[in-house]
Amino acid sequence: MTRRSTFLITMLCFGFAFLYIPILSMIVYSFNGSRLATVWGGFSTKWYVSLFQNQQVWDALILSLQIALISASIATILGTMAGITLARFTKFRGRTLFSGLVIAPLVMPEVITGISMLVFFILMADWVGWPGSRGFTTITLAHITFCMVFVTTIVQARMLQADRAIEEAAMDLGSRPWQVMFDVTLPVIFPAILSGWLLAFTISLDDVVISSFVTGPGNTTLPLLVWSKVKLGVTPDINALATLMVVTVGLGVLAAGIILTRAESRRLREERLAFRAND
Amino acid sequence: MDKHPLRRWFDLKGWRALLIGVPYLWLILFFLLPFLIVVVMSVATNTPTAPPFSIGGEHPWVNLGPFSRVFTDSLYLRAFMTSVLNAALTAMLCLLIGYPMALALTRVSRGWRTILLMLVILPFWTSFLLRVYAWMGLMGKNSWFNGLLTDSWNFLVPLDWAVKSVPLMNTNFAVVLVMVYTYLPFMILPLYASLERLDPTLDEAAMDLGSRPHQVFWDVTLPQSIPGIVAGGMLVFIPAAGELVIPTLVGNASQPMIGKIIQDEFGQARDWPMASAVAVALLVLMVIPTMLYSHYQARAEGSK
Repeated sequence: MTRRSTFLITMLCFGFAFLYIPILSMIVYSFNGSRLATVWGGFSTKWYVSLFQNQQVWDALILSLQIALISASIATILGTMAGITLARFTKFRGRTLFSGLVIAPLVMPEVITGISMLVFFILMADWVGWPGSRGFTTITLAHITFCMVFVTTIVQARMLQADRAIEEAAMDLGSRPWQVMFDVTLPVIFPAILSGWLLAFTISLDDVVISSFVTGPGNTTLPLLVWSKVKLGVTPDINALATLMVVTVGLGVLAAGIILTRAESRRLREERLAFRAND
Repeated sequence: MDKHPLRRWFDLKGWRALLIGVPYLWLILFFLLPFLIVVVMSVATNTPTAPPFSIGGEHPWVNLGPFSRVFTDSLYLRAFMTSVLNAALTAMLCLLIGYPMALALTRVSRGWRTILLMLVILPFWTSFLLRVYAWMGLMGKNSWFNGLLTDSWNFLVPLDWAVKSVPLMNTNFAVVLVMVYTYLPFMILPLYASLERLDPTLDEAAMDLGSRPHQVFWDVTLPQSIPGIVAGGMLVFIPAAGELVIPTLVGNASQPMIGKIIQDEFGQARDWPMASAVAVALLVLMVIPTMLYSHYQARAEGSK
């Protein structure tokens, strides 16, 4: 590398320090023996012990995981359908509105999405008697809606890169359109679908604002529990909880990143080999 | 081959209609319809019923009161000003920190690049709420970080100005600082994407023609990366303007941002028409930069 500049490298180090020092500090203080969250009082793991004994935290975690699993899966199906639609069908009635509807949730402020969803559910309950009560169902429906557009963005981008000739070849060989989708298109874009699911899962697991609007009594997800505690200030047990969440997600993303990178480079290698075999 | 008419219909049209229709209907029912309800509610009248609004009862059918209050009441005007200023400042600071980082990322070796890019994205995958919370721990009065800042402040200024601790928590500065922290990856990634595509031979050509490194940057690199700057700026500005969590946790309650106003009008004041009117005004405010952006992008595509 010839164009290395001290200034740029310094800024890079400064930037990463900025990004990681708060998180590292939080991790260190989760092992703080003192009751005062910001004063160091010796190494201790007692906050982790009290966290593991806290039934409220476990219930909230299980609820959050259930909602995230269901909403990420349905959002992935709907989002993939929308992504394929936008990439493949260039002309159908209402396409402009559809592509707008796919982008709008991405830029809509969460407060507004939350309020509109809540009012919608309240009015629906008034008009048609559904949903009877707010909670698991309403949170899941809201999460599906704003997670699916993230999946759509990823799938659509991947579809535009994909080689259409393979799909056309399958058509020429007599496959029905839906067979082409299941046998050719979906396997080709599978990595994109997988990363879409992962993104939807983490977004659902992380959501505070929209959940806080559409939840009902007794349905506290983990972010909502953290939110209600954090509003009162810094406490050592939240430090411990935060550390566990950050480390889990960090390791998960790292593993997923490594697996996806490996799969991608293997695919490229195989493609290259296949082309060479053709020559 | 099976020639059952229903099957033929499904192959020709049905599966396609299914593929388009299901996500389309979902978004209409759970996104467009709720949004339209909010728009309609913004011209409704606040009533002490449940739900607390009525529309179309008596003449005049639409109530423009909430909207006129948005543009006249200083509470809303100040909140809009605070939001726009905070968001613009955040976008600017993200650019100042993110640009050198993105540029440096394009110049390190391939192996390092993969690792560092992953490190940029990693915080984005961890909980947003907890990243804000991490700063609450740093900014508090007794924290080591605040102590460090206080000591360096007291060391630098005359004795009369010495402070016990730097007031960080519950200030507007804290809001901007934490927003820069949480949105920095949104700036770095589009900048990196646009800088990575640049042709390094252009730099070399400028150097050969006698430009000094900083001239190369201003004349060659920067103009070519404007699409990335605009994209990153939008990605930071838009969510920052509507931010709710960060001002609630670290902000100054007497200097609220617009997201908090919407929430309070809706929740505490139970004035749904007012909350909707502020929400619609915020959306209009955001639509303007979005339209400028797409206009700009269309022009950039056209000139290629």
